[in-house]
Amino acid sequence: MPIINDTVFFDERAHGEALEKALKMTPQEVVLEVRESGLRGRGGAGFPTGTKWMLALTAKSDKKFVVCNADEGEPGTFKDRVLLSEYTKLVLEGIVIGGYAIQAQKGFIYLRGEYAYLYEYLNDYLERMRKEKRLGKNILGTNFDFDIEIRLGSGAYVCGEETALIESLEGHRGEARNRPPFPVNTGYLGYPTIVNNVETFACAYIVISKGAQWFSKYGTEKSKGMKLISVSGDCKKPGVYEVPFGIKVKELLELVGAEDTKAVQIGGASGICVPMSEIDRNISFEDIPTGGSVIIFNQNRNMLEVLKNFMEFFVEESCGQCTPCRIGNKKLLEGVELLEEGKCSHKYLNELIELGKTMQIASKCGLGQSSPNPFISIVTNFKDEIMSNSIRGKNGY
Amino acid sequence: MAINAMQNRAPVAQKPHKVEIKADADVGAYIDVEINGKGYTVPFGMTILEACRNNNIHIPSLCYHEDLCLAGACRVCVVEVEGMRTLQASCAYPITNKIKIWTTSERVRKARRHILDLLLSEHYGECYSCVRNNNCELQRLAKEYGVDFYRFGHIKEPRYEVDRSSYAIVRDMDKCVLCKRCVRTCIDLQEVGVLEATRRGYSTLISTFMDKPILDVICINCGQCINRCPTGALRAKDPSDEIWKAIDDPTKHVVIQTAPSIRAAIGEEFGLPPGHSMTGQMVTALRMIGFDRVFDTNFAADLTIMEEGTELLLRLKRKYLFGDPEVKLPQFTSCSPGWIKFIEHYYPEHLDYLSTCKSPQQMFGAIIKTFYAQEMQIDPANIVTVAVMPCTAKKFECNRPEMNASGYKDIDYGLTTRELAQMIKEAGIYLPELPKSYFDEPFGNASGAGLIFGATGGVMEAALRTVYEIVTGREVPFENLDITPCRGMDGVRQGSVILTDVKDEWRFLEGFEVKFMIAHGTSNARKVMEALIHGELDDYHFVEIMACPGGCIGGGGQPIPTSPEIRRKRAEAIYNEDKELPIRKSHENPHIKYIYEKFLVDGPCGHISHKLLHTHYVKRGKFIV
Repeated sequence: MPIINDTVFFDERAHGEALEKALKMTPQEVVLEVRESGLRGRGGAGFPTGTKWMLALTAKSDKKFVVCNADEGEPGTFKDRVLLSEYTKLVLEGIVIGGYAIQAQKGFIYLRGEYAYLYEYLNDYLERMRKEKRLGKNILGTNFDFDIEIRLGSGAYVCGEETALIESLEGHRGEARNRPPFPVNTGYLGYPTIVNNVETFACAYIVISKGAQWFSKYGTEKSKGMKLISVSGDCKKPGVYEVPFGIKVKELLELVGAEDTKAVQIGGASGICVPMSEIDRNISFEDIPTGGSVIIFNQNRNMLEVLKNFMEFFVEESCGQCTPCRIGNKKLLEGVELLEEGKCSHKYLNELIELGKTMQIASKCGLGQSSPNPFISIVTNFKDEIMSNSIRGKNGY
Repeated sequence: MAINAMQNRAPVAQKPHKVEIKADADVGAYIDVEINGKGYTVPFGMTILEACRNNNIHIPSLCYHEDLCLAGACRVCVVEVEGMRTLQASCAYPITNKIKIWTTSERVRKARRHILDLLLSEHYGECYSCVRNNNCELQRLAKEYGVDFYRFGHIKEPRYEVDRSSYAIVRDMDKCVLCKRCVRTCIDLQEVGVLEATRRGYSTLISTFMDKPILDVICINCGQCINRCPTGALRAKDPSDEIWKAIDDPTKHVVIQTAPSIRAAIGEEFGLPPGHSMTGQMVTALRMIGFDRVFDTNFAADLTIMEEGTELLLRLKRKYLFGDPEVKLPQFTSCSPGWIKFIEHYYPEHLDYLSTCKSPQQMFGAIIKTFYAQEMQIDPANIVTVAVMPCTAKKFECNRPEMNASGYKDIDYGLTTRELAQMIKEAGIYLPELPKSYFDEPFGNASGAGLIFGATGGVMEAALRTVYEIVTGREVPFENLDITPCRGMDGVRQGSVILTDVKDEWRFLEGFEVKFMIAHGTSNARKVMEALIHGELDDYHFVEIMACPGGCIGGGGQPIPTSPEIRRKRAEAIYNEDKELPIRKSHENPHIKYIYEKFLVDGPCGHISHKLLHTHYVKRGKFIV
């Protein structure tokens, strides 16, 4: 199933021959073009891609690696799957462009374990690229050698975090590394490595094919370009949408045919829950950042159940390495269970919110730092529902 | 030699960071940083934690350990770095630019307290029923942060069964705080790797291969994990109840021997700083406790030197005089039971390189239950032999089925330094204030050579003092008998001694260069074994290996904590005591001469000694035998 609405970026016209174009440029020119476009990482964190590539290009090393993060594990996001299966050329040649830009010799696609059904298709595609001299030795007659290997994940959410992903690639238990040093210096096997989202590589392809200026016409000042959004939940037309950065939540809801909406979870389980009073806010790195997941809840949904679902997810998916994430999420979940039973005092609830804030600043990686987001935003925005719901339900008030 | 360049097996996530010094104009080898508003100059690439500790700024920590690679997992040591949204783990943050750091800001204090509350909520058990009471890092942190209630609740029921399967190590995962020090000790420091985190998230658990009991995995019992566990999750198996029972039984003749490294460390259990030798006081305390005889393992160490040195000379003779191709050289020492189990598991095809000598502990046991029993006219069935060792692997060793050549178990109980200190305390004795006394006869005399067995390189040095003199009739050509190439704390050391003007009997060794190598810690042992396999040790003759970093003074049964500094001080105490001793060569020990005259009449490596003092090894491989 392709992208639902009319697209600017991912339509046929964008499919110019970016690889040919890139290989005629110097690596520095490619990186500068990407930097000029204002492209920011599409996985959710929004690190400027051009800066990342520049750091990797200038890092001195005889080996460098490119990793495409296709471990699309954030609940409610499925846009990378669409890109990989419907817009394969953009992604795979985007990886080659990334490899050329930082002068790497090898790329990996870290494919989510649940996407194993794509493995054969992607491998065939890579084989075809090799035959067409778009991959392998002397790509398109230049002296640039680059190959791509697909590695399958095994279902750990944390392996979407770039350093845990690298650990997993190396064959170790998926656990986040300390940073600094960052992967652009010390990545896969200790060599400079860029890890970018599937959509980021596709965007890089578009930047090269259409030019940085064209690319940066779209979006907001600090969030350039169009963004793919995976919409699910209570709406008429769920699916993948291409929207400009800066789109208001309200506009998105109209676009997808959402009615009687109570709340919108933006950014997946680790994102924030936006109540109707805030739907004038917009989706961008300036306001509400997202890797692409939008989940819509209508008035019939019990927010405590929603929250419990998220917290159960994190208790299981924390890698278990650092204290705040491993035990903190469990305490938040226990708090939700107390709320269900109507046994959570306001005082303890506030204590848990403070714990959540500690987790946001003291956890080792992005997982633990963002896992309290739904807890804090749901108990803050829906405090009345969450307290009264539980008290009425079990204790008969 | 390539030995020191070999990579170890720890995952990168758990390795120390190597920060390359950049040739930036404004960044030299030192950097100015601001800590809590005050300026400091620190070396480039040093972590915030190290920089602060060097400048006497206290930062609490839990998963950090000086001996180990970094984890950055507990988050207790977080600090604020200006310009960063999140707090940074100071143990893992290398200083590479001019930063401003706050170590006790409100955000930091609150976060640390929360983290501590979380750890305590999952830590089962009461402090007063814990072996680590008063020496527990979690307890200390709780006190430091004034914890007076369980903010996020507290586990009330045990969740895991205590694993008591091993002879040496008891694992109680209910007390584990998942700092992974044991994991890093096992895989990174020792390169054994029987412990690893399993499962995920809240269910994460430190476990063994397939969750098997520790007895059924290839644990070498070195106990280094115990020394680095911040809580009571890992401890040694304590036989002191049975020992008390034997002491209280009037029909039993209870004999205790104390290893060389105990005296240098036991004072720490009584609050003394590391490096205070407590030999005389310890002997007095052991008598007060009620042991019938108090012997010095150093005597058995001297005996080991006679046997092992002779064995080496015999191997040299067979190879170089008779040209026997079957002879395996270099000869590896066999005193360290952790090392023995390591080679049995990991290099079972190379067991022939090991000396067949039992360890001093076992030799002594065999002598006590034979020669001593005869001399004293005591039925060996009524003798209980206890060995105080710095070691947990000795608990396994004394239970090896082949260790009963006399018909009785050579050693009945292996006791660690920590457990002995506990017995002394239980007897109401404050060790440092006791008068000194001497070890009992007939094994009261021991040489300095036996004493230095306690430090890495000591066995080699002791052996060279004797072997050189046997062959040449002169003392080793080193000032004060201090064979300096054997000393120090480098992981792998090597050296050589040239034999000149030899005695007639050893004519074939004229001008011979005896090349030796010393390694401590099994990660270094692995390097040596790999070098052996690759033929790099073909021209070496004698290799000393100790399973524990620093040798026995850093053993798994020694007082907690341990650090490179503590081990260095303990080693110093031993070498200083060696200097003071009248006899510093094993073969000059009169009691050694006596025992070869009276009992082991066919001499070192003779028939009697072969029966009692030598042993054989088990090809264990990766399977549990």
